[in-house]
Amino acid sequence: MKMEQFNNRNVSENGYYLVDIEDYPTDGWGKFKRVVKRTFRGELFVGLWVVMREMVKFDVHTIQYPQEKMPIGPRYRAMHEMKRLWESDAERCIGCGLCEKICISDCIRMDTKIDENSRKEVSSYTINLGRCIFCGYCAEVCPELAITHGGEYENGSEQREHFIMYEDMLTPIDVMKAGAQVEFEGFGAITPHEDARVKKTPLAY
Amino acid sequence: MDTAYLIETVIKVVVILLVFSALAGIGTYFERKILAFMQRRLGPMNVGPYGLLQVAADGVKLFTKEDIIPTNVVAPIFKIAPVITAATAFIASAAIPFLPQFTIFGYTVHPIVADVNIGILYILGVMAVGLFGPLLGGMASANKFALLSAARAAAVFISYEVVSGLSALAPIMMVGSLSLIDFNNYQAGGIGNWIVWSQPVAFILFWIAAFAETGRTPFHLIANDHEIIDGFGTEYSGMRWGLFFIGEYANMFFISFVIPILFLGGFGDGSVLGAFALLGKMAFFFFFFLWTRAAWPDVRPDQLMWLCWKVLMPLAVINVVITGLVMMY
Repeated sequence: MKMEQFNNRNVSENGYYLVDIEDYPTDGWGKFKRVVKRTFRGELFVGLWVVMREMVKFDVHTIQYPQEKMPIGPRYRAMHEMKRLWESDAERCIGCGLCEKICISDCIRMDTKIDENSRKEVSSYTINLGRCIFCGYCAEVCPELAITHGGEYENGSEQREHFIMYEDMLTPIDVMKAGAQVEFEGFGAITPHEDARVKKTPLAY
Repeated sequence: MDTAYLIETVIKVVVILLVFSALAGIGTYFERKILAFMQRRLGPMNVGPYGLLQVAADGVKLFTKEDIIPTNVVAPIFKIAPVITAATAFIASAAIPFLPQFTIFGYTVHPIVADVNIGILYILGVMAVGLFGPLLGGMASANKFALLSAARAAAVFISYEVVSGLSALAPIMMVGSLSLIDFNNYQAGGIGNWIVWSQPVAFILFWIAAFAETGRTPFHLIANDHEIIDGFGTEYSGMRWGLFFIGEYANMFFISFVIPILFLGGFGDGSVLGAFALLGKMAFFFFFFLWTRAAWPDVRPDQLMWLCWKVLMPLAVINVVITGLVMMY
């Protein structure tokens, strides 16, 4: 698509023109003529025709949500996920605590310990989704790409405080063995099949 | 009055009540579906196949909801107002021949409760009494928006009674009778005999007035859409509100029967084809009520009054005069 039609701000050369609106009639005869003109111009039938055309075309845009879902973009910041290393299937999280520090709503809480291999290990890790504002700082600051945002947005809860544990976020080991772990595609990633789904705005009646 | 006639009448009344109460419910389903399709939506889909049982769900909801009588309302009037709307709609239907007469088990049935010789006058009159439903309901509600809406509804209904009465007068002069059966027989000869060809102006005027008297969308002033509340029904809940609803939809169905019988030949010669033709015409007029709701905006109350008194009423009077002159010479 050429951008010229948007970048050219010179109104007079761009097909713009002033709409010719005639003055409102002031005398009785003028008003009468306007009424007659409007009555027999048949504009009401244009409205009837438009809605009938749309009904016959049956081009329904409804997505029946619980049964059907739109594909969600990879940049969408929904429930957090903890990733594993492709090489060893071990957890990527090194327990550095940066996500806990940067969290502006203080909803991440983690404890670490030194395990038997003298390696720092996460002993407990929770995110209070009731407080989380899904800003994405934790994923952005993570040096290991361990915590990311997934596409699971159906996280309604009966309580205000709704904790999610490390084990729930972690990629299950069988998924990892099957090589099915979904990586964060990066900040410039677009929704799959987005090119095919792009349409003209449905306002061109 | 013999017993058979009495039993027959009671059965007919019960059938009409049941059929049109159910139709009013199904009418809401059609309205939602058609409006949805015209707006590229699907409408109700979850209750039953294609949302067909949505009507039942609404019915259960309306019947089981608490019947709230707010403080400060005039309770007896508040309680009786919805009944007036629903009752007058059904009472008016007594003089409408829904189908041609047919014979079942050797017994001839006239599908009209009472073939009174003032049929159309009776229908218009009783429908006009239905005005008291919104009016009293709004006035008794102790709610200023309901009161405003009631005042508007009264103004619209009374004004458009004039138009519908005058526009029906010209065909009445031609037929020489007020009975809808006589109207039907007058036009029984086929499409060429329909009154709409000799009285097109009266037909259009009556149709426009029908929109005003059922309170449908180009003239949907009885609800305060711009105040985001439901007009005279604001304070109503549960089945009392449902009665207003049933009355409105039953009125739509009955007026959709009256227009074809008056102007479009009714059920014609009384054959099975004619009966289906009448149902088809009724369906078209009902559909048109929904169609305009999807397509057209509401007019302002002052525009509505202007339309009634300065355009439609003079046209109706001129139409009556011309009809009279043509009939005299």
